This record gives sequence, C-alpha cells and structure tokens, in this order.
Amino acid sequence: MTREVTTEKGATETEPNPADEARARLGSETSEASQELAPREFTDATRLLIEEGGVLRLPESAALDVDPDEFDFAEGDTMIINLGPQHPSTHGVLRVMLELRGETVLRAKPVIGYLHTGMEKTGEQLTYLQGTTNVTRMDYLSPLSNELVFSLAVEELLGVQLPPRATWIRMLMTELNRINSHVTWAATNGMDLASTTMMIFGFRERELLLSFFEKTTGLRMNTNYIRPGGVAADLPDGWEDDVDAIAETIALRLDDYDELLTGQPIFRERTEGVGVISPEMCLAMGATGPILRASGVPWDLRRSMPYLAYDEVDFDVIVGTVGDTFDRYAVRLNEIRESIRIVRQVLDKMPSGDYRAQDAKVTPPPRARIDESMEALIHHFKLFTSGMEPPEGEVYVAVESPRGELGCYMVADGTNKPYRMHVRAPSFVNLQSLPPLLRNSLIADTVAILSSVDPVLGEVDR
Amino acid sequence: MTETAPPATGVVAPASVAHGIAGLGDVPVSFSRGQEVLHPARDRYVAVAQALKEAAFVTCSDLTATDYLTAQEARALPEGVTAERFEVVTTLLSHERRLRLRLRVQVPETDATCPTLFFLYPGTENLEREVFDLFGIDFVGHPDMTRILMPEEWEGHPLRKDYGMGRVPVQFKDAPGPR
Repeated sequence: MTREVTTEKGATETEPNPADEARARLGSETSEASQELAPREFTDATRLLIEEGGVLRLPESAALDVDPDEFDFAEGDTMIINLGPQHPSTHGVLRVMLELRGETVLRAKPVIGYLHTGMEKTGEQLTYLQGTTNVTRMDYLSPLSNELVFSLAVEELLGVQLPPRATWIRMLMTELNRINSHVTWAATNGMDLASTTMMIFGFRERELLLSFFEKTTGLRMNTNYIRPGGVAADLPDGWEDDVDAIAETIALRLDDYDELLTGQPIFRERTEGVGVISPEMCLAMGATGPILRASGVPWDLRRSMPYLAYDEVDFDVIVGTVGDTFDRYAVRLNEIRESIRIVRQVLDKMPSGDYRAQDAKVTPPPRARIDESMEALIHHFKLFTSGMEPPEGEVYVAVESPRGELGCYMVADGTNKPYRMHVRAPSFVNLQSLPPLLRNSLIADTVAILSSVDPVLGEVDR
Repeated sequence: MTETAPPATGVVAPASVAHGIAGLGDVPVSFSRGQEVLHPARDRYVAVAQALKEAAFVTCSDLTATDYLTAQEARALPEGVTAERFEVVTTLLSHERRLRLRLRVQVPETDATCPTLFFLYPGTENLEREVFDLFGIDFVGHPDMTRILMPEEWEGHPLRKDYGMGRVPVQFKDAPGPR
C-alpha cells in the first residue's frame, strides 16, 4: 500500500508508507513471546513528525495570521475554524482549531485548559486518605482506575502488602470499570456517527454497571472505593449473581453492537481508512491504550508489566492492523469481551479473606471495635485527622486505564500529605496524536477521528 | 539491543540497568523504592536521553517537575548531584525490555531553563508545556512554549510552592482574606 503525499511545494508524489513496513515487522508478532518492539530506524523521523503536524502548530494567538507561503496556497485559500469548545462531539470542553482548505484539514491544534481546576495543587493539600476523592474526579469515566493508581503509589511508598482478596476486588472493579468506560465510549461514538440507537444501547448497558457500582461502593461515579490499603468495603452479598448477570448481558449486547455497527456499510465507510496512525508515530507521540494497540503494537500494561494479579488471569491483548478509526473501534469492542473473560475468571478465583490490609496506621479499624477498644478509637481518630505518613521518597506507578497508561508520580516528604502528586493522564498525552491524525482528513471525518481518540476532558485538564 | 535479556516480568531488576547502557557515561544512579533513577546534569540531559533512546527506550511516558522549595532535605541525592530548587522528572519506557527509567534533572531557581526533549520524543510536547505553565521552567528549543492549562494572560506558576492556594472569602470576623 502506498499513499499520496502532498509535499510543501504542492506537488504530489507517492512514497512507501512507513506504517506498512513497521506493520510487517510488528504486526505479525502478536504472540506473547515476541512482544518485543523493534527500534525506530527512520532516521528522518523527526522531520517526518514535523511534517505530519508534531510541531506544525502555532500558538493560539498566531494561528490567525498564517503564512500562506508555508503551504504555497493563494491567500484566502485557507480558513481557520474552531471546533468547540462547545460542540457535542468534543465530549467535554475541548476546542480544536482547524485550518481548512476547502474541506481538507491542513492543520489542527487542540486548545485545552477550559476545565483546569488545579487538581494536582489540590492534591498537595489533601492527606493520603483524602487524595482518592480528588483523583477520582479526573477521569470521570474510569474513576476506579484513578483511585487504583493513586492507591498503588501510596502503597508503594508505604510498603504495605495487600491481602489477596483486596487485590482481586480491585481487579474485578477496574475491569467492570473498563467495560463501563468502553460502552460509554461506544455510545457516544455511535452518536457522533449519527447512530442514536447506539447511544441508547450504550447508556442502557452502562446503567447495569453503574447500578452495581452503586450497590458496592455507595456511589455511581467518583466512588472513592479503592483506597490506600485496600478497598473501602467488601463486596455486597450476592455480588456473584450480579456480576454473572452483567457478564452475560454485556456479552449478548456486544453481538447486538456488532449487528448494528460493525458490519454496517455506512459505519464502515465512515471509519475504515480514516485517521490512520502508524505505530512509530504512536510511540513517538507517547500514545498509549487502544490508539497504540490499534496501530499494531501489542502493548498493554496488564500483560507487559503486570500489576495486581493480572499475571494470574487469562486474557488476550487486542491488536489492530491498520491503525484507523475502525481499528480503534474494534479494539475497544473486543477489549470489552476480554474484560468479560477476566471478570468471569475473577468470579471463579475470588479468594476469601480480608478486603483491606490490617495495618492500623493505614486502614481504619472495624467500626465495631471502636466501641470496645480504646486503642482502636485512637487509631481511628489519628487516621482520619492526620493519617498515614509514608517515609520520604518518590515513586512512579502506572496502570492500564481504559484510555491508556495512567501513571502517578508521587513524592513523599515524610508528612501526611504528598509533597507532589502528578497524574500522567492518558488522554492528555493521547491528545497530541490528534493533529497528525487529522492532517489531510476531511472535515466530515474530524468528528469520527476525534471520537476515536476518546479524550476525557476532565483528565486532560485536571 | 544491548546485552541484557528482557526480564520475564515487569519487575525491575535490582541491578542497575543504566550501567549496561553504552554512551551514558558516569551518570549518578540512585534507587527509589526499587525504581532506578538517573541524575544527569542539565547539560548532559539530552545526551543521556539520546543514549537511552538508542538503547530501546523509545517512548517518553511521563515528564513533570517538582519544586523542592520547602522540602530540600526530603530527598536523597547520590553523590555528585547538587540539589537545586526544581527538578524535571522524566520517565522513559522501553517496550522491549519492559522497563522504565526515570531521569531527575536539577534546575536552579535563578536560571529556570531546561533543554527540550521534543526532538527526541515529540510526545513530550504537551508535557513540557504543562511544566512550563505550572512551574515556569522554560524548555529551550521547544517549538511552542506557551501556556497550556492556564489562561494565556495568567500571572505566576501555580504548582510552585511559593504560589499561594486560592481561598474563597467568608464573611466571618477574623476570617482570612482572599489569598
């Protein structure tokens, strides 16, 4: 496959697509043994990136007076329009500035920050126990992943060992969370591509999961369920039946999605070959999650750098071949199936025992103990007034959130609050691949591409 | 690429990975909770990143900074590293070795600049802009060094430790004023 490249002079020539070469190397190696990644060997990758839009962005204010020589277009040939910040397809408050020539997007620049509330600064004022309530509001579609990565970072600093049940409950909840996030994505993606039925379908399925979250955690979103030291509460009675029903229902509904969208000619026309990104570009841009995997790189932190107990469950890493919008759709859809597989295994293997570490400095004593034990009362009081104090140090922990690598860099200074709490938000980094994705696409495809990147603006802006 | 075989799991090997990588020179290495941290000097930062990139660390997964204004003693630095107010913290990822390495670069308060990694890792674009925005560290050579999260006309850099927390004024006697 070759593609046409418009050079700066406006002439058209064909050159071999680096994505194809890379795919020939990478795409065939999806088995576990050879997940190694060949190094980038395109010496002019930087030039390519600059050309593709990596730097081809202007500061917000300068974008209005574009140098026409840059593309050798007649003056007045191009125009800049804003998509967003108030646009239903931006899934939040995202503003994308597009430079258009006719219907073709020449350049794009996401302008963000409209939802910035200084959550990292806030995180420095909250104790480690309060911290989860803060981070859970970042990526509001996968609050549990945020809580998980924060808790893992704190536990790493503290050196706390978790009982197995806590680990497996976390795994169950984050996988359900992944399903939740992906069906919500499927719903809004369907809406963006004018399939309102998909919107209703997706939100119907989401309701199942949110009801279970409510039953388990007390809240539908921003659950503050996963906390340093374990989880807030044990799973409710009869959770097996609920989870079993969810797994069964979602598995059936996925077939409906396939019927509605996957094989549908209009949907395929709008997604196939649209917004192609090469694995090289993904790696250079730091893109992770479904975007990276759709381009053919079998990289999933659950498999590659396992945390929790992901090395004890059986699942496949879903990989695409072309790296277009359809692949990203297919990867997400099949990741739901893999998550269902994991959830079913968790159902079988859920160990009994404690749902949180019994360390009085980290987790509160059982409520009943407070009435009878002075020591328990003191511990309870100390924990909720000042809290745990990890020794000095710094740590970076990453998990695979539905959107990619969700990292937490935390610096402890020996007090009861993190000295620095930084969240590496996958959406924030993934958004960088939007300009190269949009380049030379049609304005009508912009919405499809934007949706396939799946940014959550709460997380982008933090 | 070099001699070490990728570990079977994601566990960081206790031995230093950096010592096996050519072209790093004598970069001070420390370990924080088992994670390997390199402390290159500011003028060697890009060279070290370049050497790591050639050793299969193809992705920059994270780049942030820390302001140690009020906690200078809270960090253990290896010998030969002078503590400065700011630290640029870069996490590089090797898919091939399934490993992360962290670089911590000391950036003085009086000259809050740092060379950009953009031309090695274009994925640092947003992250460096964020650090510039919130810490005021200027990444020399970055193609678009503008604020990213705060409004363009904002004054100050919120994540610095001497930047006060905002406060909503309350109408009580002796209440603290707005900021």
